[in-house]
Amino acid sequence: MAKEADDRAGEENVTGAQPEALPTLVDMRGIEKSFPGVRALQNVRFDLRPGEVHALMGENGAGKSTLMKILTGVYQPDGGEIRVDGRPVTLRDPQAAQALGISIIHQELYLMNHLTAAQNIFIGREPRKGFGIFVDEAKLRRDAAAIFRRMRVGIDPAAEVGHMTVARQQLVEIAKALSYDARVLVMDEPTSALNETEVEHLFTVIDDLKANGAGIVYITHKMDEVKRIADRVTVMRDGQYIDTLPAATTPMATIIQMMVGRELADQHRATGRRAEEEVLRVTRLNRGDAIRDVSFALHKGEILGFAGLMGAGRTEVARAIFGADPIDSGEIRVHGRPRRIASPADAVANGIAYLSEDRKHFGLVTGMSVRDNVTMASWGRFMSGGLFMRDGALGDVAKDYVRRLKVKTPHVHQETRLLSGGNQQKVVIAKWLLRDCDILIFDEPTRGIDVGAKAEIYRLLEDLAAQGKAIIVISSELPEVLRLSHRIAVMCEGRITGELDGRTATQEDIMTLATQRAEAA
Amino acid sequence: MTDTTLKTSGWGGSRLFTTATVQKAVAFVVLIALLAFFGLFAPNFATWSNMVGIMQATAVNGVLGVAVTFVIISGGIDLSIGTMMTLTAVVAGLLLTNLGMPLPLGIIGAILFGAFMGSISGAVIAYMKIPPFIATLGMMQIARGLALVFSGATPIYFNDTPNYGLLSPVSSISALIPGLEIPNGVLIMFAVAAVSSIVLTRTIVGRMIFALGSNEEAARLSGIKVNRWKILTYAISGGICGVAGLIVSARLNSAQPALGLGYELDAIAAAVIGGTSLSGGRGTVTGTIIGAFIMSVLTNGLRVMGVQEEWKIVVTGAIIIVAVFIDIVLRRKA
Repeated sequence: MAKEADDRAGEENVTGAQPEALPTLVDMRGIEKSFPGVRALQNVRFDLRPGEVHALMGENGAGKSTLMKILTGVYQPDGGEIRVDGRPVTLRDPQAAQALGISIIHQELYLMNHLTAAQNIFIGREPRKGFGIFVDEAKLRRDAAAIFRRMRVGIDPAAEVGHMTVARQQLVEIAKALSYDARVLVMDEPTSALNETEVEHLFTVIDDLKANGAGIVYITHKMDEVKRIADRVTVMRDGQYIDTLPAATTPMATIIQMMVGRELADQHRATGRRAEEEVLRVTRLNRGDAIRDVSFALHKGEILGFAGLMGAGRTEVARAIFGADPIDSGEIRVHGRPRRIASPADAVANGIAYLSEDRKHFGLVTGMSVRDNVTMASWGRFMSGGLFMRDGALGDVAKDYVRRLKVKTPHVHQETRLLSGGNQQKVVIAKWLLRDCDILIFDEPTRGIDVGAKAEIYRLLEDLAAQGKAIIVISSELPEVLRLSHRIAVMCEGRITGELDGRTATQEDIMTLATQRAEAA
Repeated sequence: MTDTTLKTSGWGGSRLFTTATVQKAVAFVVLIALLAFFGLFAPNFATWSNMVGIMQATAVNGVLGVAVTFVIISGGIDLSIGTMMTLTAVVAGLLLTNLGMPLPLGIIGAILFGAFMGSISGAVIAYMKIPPFIATLGMMQIARGLALVFSGATPIYFNDTPNYGLLSPVSSISALIPGLEIPNGVLIMFAVAAVSSIVLTRTIVGRMIFALGSNEEAARLSGIKVNRWKILTYAISGGICGVAGLIVSARLNSAQPALGLGYELDAIAAAVIGGTSLSGGRGTVTGTIIGAFIMSVLTNGLRVMGVQEEWKIVVTGAIIIVAVFIDIVLRRKA
């Protein structure tokens, strides 16, 4: 194989097109990809050399994952060229990518928990014996053990994967990739679930892989890791390639600035003064590793933004306040009074509403009508004789909210799955307004909503705050947080690492706090 | 978005064209076609006495089908309805024959006992988080065993309760309208279906059951106490099984403790053929009744035509597969 690569490099030299000494493992140029309504990638390029760790950075939604899905054959690009070992290739499906030695270690691991490490590694290509009828378990274990030895990790090939720590499961995934003779390994935030020692161990494995000539694409949000193991950094923003720089010599601040881009001077900012009346106070909330000592207050008429990277614990805090998940400790006061919130029913009774980022799973009953969804949390109020639904009254009140929130639907009997994302969101908002909730927690309120409808949702949130509702907005889109929030709480690894004034905060401020790990704090 | 708006408003409201409704209409057409087919090709099929026989044969399966329709719409399944029917019949026997209670108390006792047992299934599912399939599989055996234990494994006869026949074979309506000899059991089935249909479409109970079956997590996050409604759903199913127990024991003039296994599958089949979705959230009581009729018309028609009766089982199986396939096709289109 090495000889082939040399031959190819030689050819390139003859034509004079490739002056670099090191042959490029992967070279992606002019990559384009659109999804309905979104231009996900525009003229993006990325290259990977053998024996290097190339970090890929950018905010959520910058296009990193899409680019890597194209490299691993999950998505087909609309335009551009991919070369592997200098040869143009078409990666029709993940198998085609795998055949070329390109493997991905996903953030969520795709292992079968009830099978052993060895069985997982060779799933679908088990060695056979006895006329190909039986699986040769002994050889399976031997081969797996050999890979683990090569990686210098002490994992028992016969151990069930479900009983392993996430760190070990990840090593099994890497072993699986190596069993395919992977030379290009894409790692998507591999350390998000690991502790310090496990991270160090992973880095040693990565160093070994490098030494053996593999190329590693390393997707991460963590600056310190980039400094520790990456050779080069490529930054993406809004689906576009920004720049590629040497990791060792580029200052962190430069990278952060490239990730967030230059801010528009005349950007709209939250205005209006909030009342001093405290509506919600959360004190020292804890839940395992997900929520650590979270305390904050929310005032009447205020929009409090919650910023942070994915997995920082923002959704977990919201669900805990709403009683959807149990908490280990902490106090929640509503209008100054301590409240025990053990279920969503308790939260709703206290006027707290949670609008989930995943509307289809948690917010809407998509098979039911607009009318039923709007009135669902208040059905108890629309009965006669304690049993029969007053459907006429339900329809009237639903129509009223459809008009007030400008929900685009032909009639209130339309099933909500037929509405657009923005209108679905309005239906959920209507549900909670009808229920007289005055504390509204929005988790990614504009996810999956197109640009025009976004502005409308923003105006709606501002109107609600002006009317005296207290609002929490969890958002991964920094411009959204900055536009809406009077105050911004930034989370990292389950903690609130800082609070910013919404009128003066910058994207850089937020990113700095969002990447501030506990040791540095 | 605008496209969808225009299209659906052109249809005059999607409410009239939900997939459950379409499937119910399909089932109805199939039923009419079957009646026409047997009427033309099976001698003695299209007689009044044969029609009464078909209705009589539908009563028990129809009522059990309605019971399981509640549970299936809520996103669950109830395998215990067949043996639960038997258990409630045995309880009616104990109350009326062994304890000599008056008929109305026996009726109420049997229905309440069914509801009580159903609520136990519901509580096991809601609080112990045991999947409905497993929980009601256990309850199926518990009910079967209890029926045998309570009765001493021998039939209990209702000879001391002369009016017990009112619950099924007697036709009270023929006294009012001579010639219309529809047995009371059939009228009870229609009454149960009518009340259930109203409960499912017009009351808070029905609204909650549909919400649970469509998206339980969304219902929970809307502040709905899902566990309580789930228990109520299984209690309703158990109570309706009590009605079926009364009908079947009145027809046999005895509570047969060994009866009941297999009835649950026919009832589930009736619901599915009638357009109730096994994934929950969709279904109608009328559809289930039509489904029950399709099954008994098939049995009867094939028998009248002289086809070996076991073929009916084969045909029913095929119909279930076709019905679910129609469900999948309709949903894919929607």
